[in-house]
Amino acid sequence: MNSTDLGLPALPAKPYPPEVHARLAVDAKELIARYPQARSALLPLLHLVQAEEGFVSATGIRFCAEQLELTTAEATAVATFYTMYRRRPAGEYHVGVCTNTLCAVLGGDQIFEELQEHLGIGNNETTEDGKLSIEHIECNAACDYAPVVMVNWEFFDNQTPQSAKQLVDDLRAGAEVRPTRGAKLCSFKQTARILSGFPDTREGANEESGAGGAPSLAGLRLAKGESLPGAPGARVVSPRAEGTEA
Amino acid sequence: MTATEPAEKLLSPVLSASWDDHRPWSLETYHRHEGYQGLRKALAMDPDALIALVKESGLRGRGGAGFPTGLKWQFIPQNDGKPHYLVVNADESEPGTCKDIPLLFANPHALIEGMVIASYAIRCEHAFIYLRGEVVPVLRRLHAAVAEAYQAGYLGRDILGSGVDLDITVHAGAGAYICGEETALLDSLEGRRGQPRLRPPFPAIAGLYACPTVVNNVESIASVPSILARGKEWFTSLGTEKSPGFTLYSLSGHVTNPGQYEAPLGVTLRQLLDISGGVRSGHRLKFWTPGGSSTPMFTDEHLDVPLDYEGVGAAGSMLGTKALQIFDETTCVVRAVTRWTEFYAHESCGKCTPCREGTYWLVQLLKRIEAGAGEAGDLEKLLDIADNINGKSFCALGDGAASPISSSLQYFRAEYEQHLAERRCPFDPAAATVWADAKQAKAPQPATEREVHA
Repeated sequence: MNSTDLGLPALPAKPYPPEVHARLAVDAKELIARYPQARSALLPLLHLVQAEEGFVSATGIRFCAEQLELTTAEATAVATFYTMYRRRPAGEYHVGVCTNTLCAVLGGDQIFEELQEHLGIGNNETTEDGKLSIEHIECNAACDYAPVVMVNWEFFDNQTPQSAKQLVDDLRAGAEVRPTRGAKLCSFKQTARILSGFPDTREGANEESGAGGAPSLAGLRLAKGESLPGAPGARVVSPRAEGTEA
Repeated sequence: MTATEPAEKLLSPVLSASWDDHRPWSLETYHRHEGYQGLRKALAMDPDALIALVKESGLRGRGGAGFPTGLKWQFIPQNDGKPHYLVVNADESEPGTCKDIPLLFANPHALIEGMVIASYAIRCEHAFIYLRGEVVPVLRRLHAAVAEAYQAGYLGRDILGSGVDLDITVHAGAGAYICGEETALLDSLEGRRGQPRLRPPFPAIAGLYACPTVVNNVESIASVPSILARGKEWFTSLGTEKSPGFTLYSLSGHVTNPGQYEAPLGVTLRQLLDISGGVRSGHRLKFWTPGGSSTPMFTDEHLDVPLDYEGVGAAGSMLGTKALQIFDETTCVVRAVTRWTEFYAHESCGKCTPCREGTYWLVQLLKRIEAGAGEAGDLEKLLDIADNINGKSFCALGDGAASPISSSLQYFRAEYEQHLAERRCPFDPAAATVWADAKQAKAPQPATEREVHA
């Protein structure tokens, strides 16, 4: 790379091979048909090309632009605005540690520090085997389960440095990993396809992990006359100690 | 209500009532809990009468601003020859806010039923759920629930033989807090960068594709079926006069039992803490947010503030999303505010100068104060910058960024000054973690190891 090319790929980008293009064009048509105006399908299409390559490449952007009759500049402007679109190849499992204030204070900062040290990579980097990438993320709407770690955007609630390190070790070893809320992990590419708007077709995936863990049910239990731990007459176990239940 | 009232009487589960039932996300279970009964009643009404009913119920937006839901619906011009749209804001991203995600995970049909009712009222035939992308388990449940609703005849053509048509598209975002702002959300849904629009025109006149559009929060819409099924008198019997009804309060942080507590509007934090086991054992409340990080923080002086729109407003903050983030005395307020400010700087869309530049400079100042490198005048400069963002930005993100700064300096100025005077942060972050006390109980932690972990 010389000092004037800014690391940008040569334009115009190469198109997808004909068979890939044909397959994706069928999917794109289906997604576009869900909207009154075609351009609304741009975010889904960007998820779709991310599902193909694991990141949004210049080729992917070209494909999206062509489907929607936009310029590649217009599609690029959108792709670079949103943090979920990756701009370079990254891990099969994308590990996000919440370090927004509440999770950070409750231990997210320590989890993120120890995970980076454990994996030998920094923020937004990928392990050499291509298995894992790691990133600190913003609030993921699970503060009652803090500290929270996301893998491929499934919830791993109430984490500790130990549990998070075990989690990434299991992922690297290829062990089956189940989130506390969500379905058995699939690859980042498969996750991106669900995000594009094509439902998860794995049998039973939607049923996994129940309705939520103890925090989701805390108020309901109290309202039914049960007690919570630490409150008088405790009859239910602590949400901190308990995993997610059906 | 008094603080000694038993939990059964204080709480009022409606949206969360089915969450411990078998597969509450399924249509089958939803039917067992009066599911789609409200829709049947609504379809038997005239759409204008339906809007009037929701207006008279006093339901107010649960996404933060508290705008009357029925009034929003009424603003949609009728017989204008344009398509109308309903867009549900499920981009829940405000730090501390965690109500819509568990609600959609456990009970997605409450939203779908509410959407059919709202669409019938505003004469909309295509509605959208804009869900933040980072919650695939919820996306999965929404995909399945919408498919179930189509199959059961609650969506599609001629719904329940009424002649009414409605399609719902589930749309996943791609990571941008700003898309929770309703006009940024509309731009994003149109396939653009999520940047707020100048108003007027408001979405009710020129929203999605420049057509009349209602944008409502998940919880607001999901609350509608129960009003239809049980009546507006039942709804107004809950809560306070100006803030009627029930809502999800989300307790998180340094508490014994974090979680979702559905209660009539107007309960107090003291009541919620009393019934749920309080602040974590051996600690005391230091500061808290009533409705996410964008709402000015409160302290232990505010335990008895009624948590409704008026009560919280009168005490100098906003009810917001009812995200009650609790921090005890182990938490450094400068660290907390610095982190929130980094969030706002990261999420600022860049469209307007006060927010884009202001949040950047706030982070620089706060980081050096937290690191013990602050200088005399830094606190005045913080307030000055916050004042130049608040009310002068394009959208509410900027106002939200100023809130933690000004409120923390109002209540904890001495702690900022301590950072300046001692030229260090006087807190040990390890003491604030969930596992800090558990470790201490087992064996006293050597100071050196604590420092390593910090």
